Amino acid sequence: MISVNRQGEVWVFAEQHSGRLEDTPLELMSRARHLADVLNVQMGTILLGDNVKSIASKMIHFGADKVYLAEHPLLKHYQATGYAKIISCLIHKYKPQIVLYGATVAGRDLAPRIASAAKAGLTADCTDLQIGDHETTNGDFHKNLLFQIRPAFGGNIIATIINYDRWPQMATVREGVMPMPTPDTKRKGQVITEKVQLSNQDLPLEILEEHTRPKKVDLKAARLIVAGGAGLGSKENFRLVWDLANCLGAAPAATRAAVDLGFIDHDHQVGQTGTTVRPSLYIAVGISGAIQHQSGMNQSQKIVAINNDPQAPIFDVAHYKIVGDLNVVVPKMIKAIKEKGFKELTTTAGK
Amino acid sequence: MNDDGTVNRSALPAIFNPEDLNALEMALDIKDKFGGTVTVITMGLPAAAAILRDALYRGADDAILVTDARCAASDTLATSYILSCAVKQLKYDIVLCGRQAIDGDTAQVGPQLAEKLGLPQITYVEKLIELKDRTIIAQRNIGSGWQKVKATLPALLTVTADANDPRVPAAKKMMKYKTALAPCEIEQQLKTQNPNAAPEEIKTLASRKSAELEQKGVLIKQWNLDFLKADLTWCGRTGSPTKVHRIQSVVLASKETKSIEPTDAGLTDMIHELIDDKIIA
Repeated sequence: MISVNRQGEVWVFAEQHSGRLEDTPLELMSRARHLADVLNVQMGTILLGDNVKSIASKMIHFGADKVYLAEHPLLKHYQATGYAKIISCLIHKYKPQIVLYGATVAGRDLAPRIASAAKAGLTADCTDLQIGDHETTNGDFHKNLLFQIRPAFGGNIIATIINYDRWPQMATVREGVMPMPTPDTKRKGQVITEKVQLSNQDLPLEILEEHTRPKKVDLKAARLIVAGGAGLGSKENFRLVWDLANCLGAAPAATRAAVDLGFIDHDHQVGQTGTTVRPSLYIAVGISGAIQHQSGMNQSQKIVAINNDPQAPIFDVAHYKIVGDLNVVVPKMIKAIKEKGFKELTTTAGK
Repeated sequence: MNDDGTVNRSALPAIFNPEDLNALEMALDIKDKFGGTVTVITMGLPAAAAILRDALYRGADDAILVTDARCAASDTLATSYILSCAVKQLKYDIVLCGRQAIDGDTAQVGPQLAEKLGLPQITYVEKLIELKDRTIIAQRNIGSGWQKVKATLPALLTVTADANDPRVPAAKKMMKYKTALAPCEIEQQLKTQNPNAAPEEIKTLASRKSAELEQKGVLIKQWNLDFLKADLTWCGRTGSPTKVHRIQSVVLASKETKSIEPTDAGLTDMIHELIDDKIIA
């Protein structure tokens, strides 16, 4: 059990696979930097692997003051037990006040194992992190706590979770909810090499086979997105979304309902169980706008919504409200865009 | 909601968490192929006994309800501690959990339970490939693809919805277990039936009824924290480092909404405006 340590650093777990850093912890770096600045402490990252020293400097470019580097042949492939053992030791040694992880499969596999070993609190799938104060019902005042903010119960409420008596304060953070910082290659920092003692017992899983495939579309990087919902009615009719996306050079996306109906692959899903996006333009076609979908796209700079139901909740977040039959509106939009000579736009849509 | 921001569970119906059904199905499938027994454990209010009956209808051999007022307000850390105390009472080869619950979606209890039991964990299991000579091979979803891993038993698995289609309750099992009750339910029934009976009398009647159900093999076991010899420091509110600071309803709204006529002119104007604002192009 680790008690409150006001001088403790803010840490991010630098998840890497085969020497490639995952996006989500990198997205976390700017917020972690901000939290550390507010608390006036240093920001550290924990980098585990085999022969990964070369990417330590990247963490510094992304905002870290320190990189705690743990290298060992047994850490080559991620595995919860071995990784949890090393990170738990580092937490006990350095007593950080905050430890953050990307809410990736590995992050969600690892963070609870560490929380259990450290007997620390952990909040899953945060969409925002802030520093704030809390007063308990019996009048105790706790200054500068980590506000771990996440949607709960299907996204209808936002809960702010804290922990004030047992530290570190830990959270996993959803992919895509924080903007990727711009690296500063001139930034200087410190790489601290940790001694690693591991035996085969610490790695009880044998990885026999692994298959990864790249996502069919990179929604997070898309500037323009055209998304379709169940209102399209059929996979054939979903062609309208592809057509509008193609003429704009936009990425095609969908709601969970459209994915479940088989209109398009899950890689294209936007929302709470899909990807969180923040494009400059989001065109919602035949989307009613369930809260779970809205929470994944409401940070778009401009939102155009097309729906035949004037009461559809999607209009609550839309900047441009078009009430009408999508089968009429979408072809008209395509025509209007083509008249402006958009055909030559380079496509940002994935393969 | 309770005043402290925790969920008022008594106001909610007890439901079988969907991915826990997938975990149960995997356990029953293992039993069908390799033998063994399946014990289902849940921590919850007395009403959670209904879930255990459902599990018995589907083919579980034994059911245990961990219920105690001191479990209230447990976060995932306290829950996994209490469950670990319960699992330690049993002999086991494989512990299966649903990947995550549909209320919190945290996926934390499985890995935390594995750590407390000192077990290897295979999370996000979408397929059981082989079980032989005390080794298990499973396929897990790793987000960008899949991975086949091997572990020596005992091990803990968390199972996803893609793993299988859970079987439905069997008529024969329903006949057998429809009278299955947990002691807390028996007591409640007796209190309703005998509103004027003294507490001692209810107790005597209840223990008689429990013994009767146990004889028939239809008693749902009920364990409290004393029985588990759980350290109360790690249970309920005191055992839960996470607290709720604030709960807010979601209000998502754009700054201003402009209505566009679904005509050529209206749509062309909108496209021009988006271009002028450098949103597109």
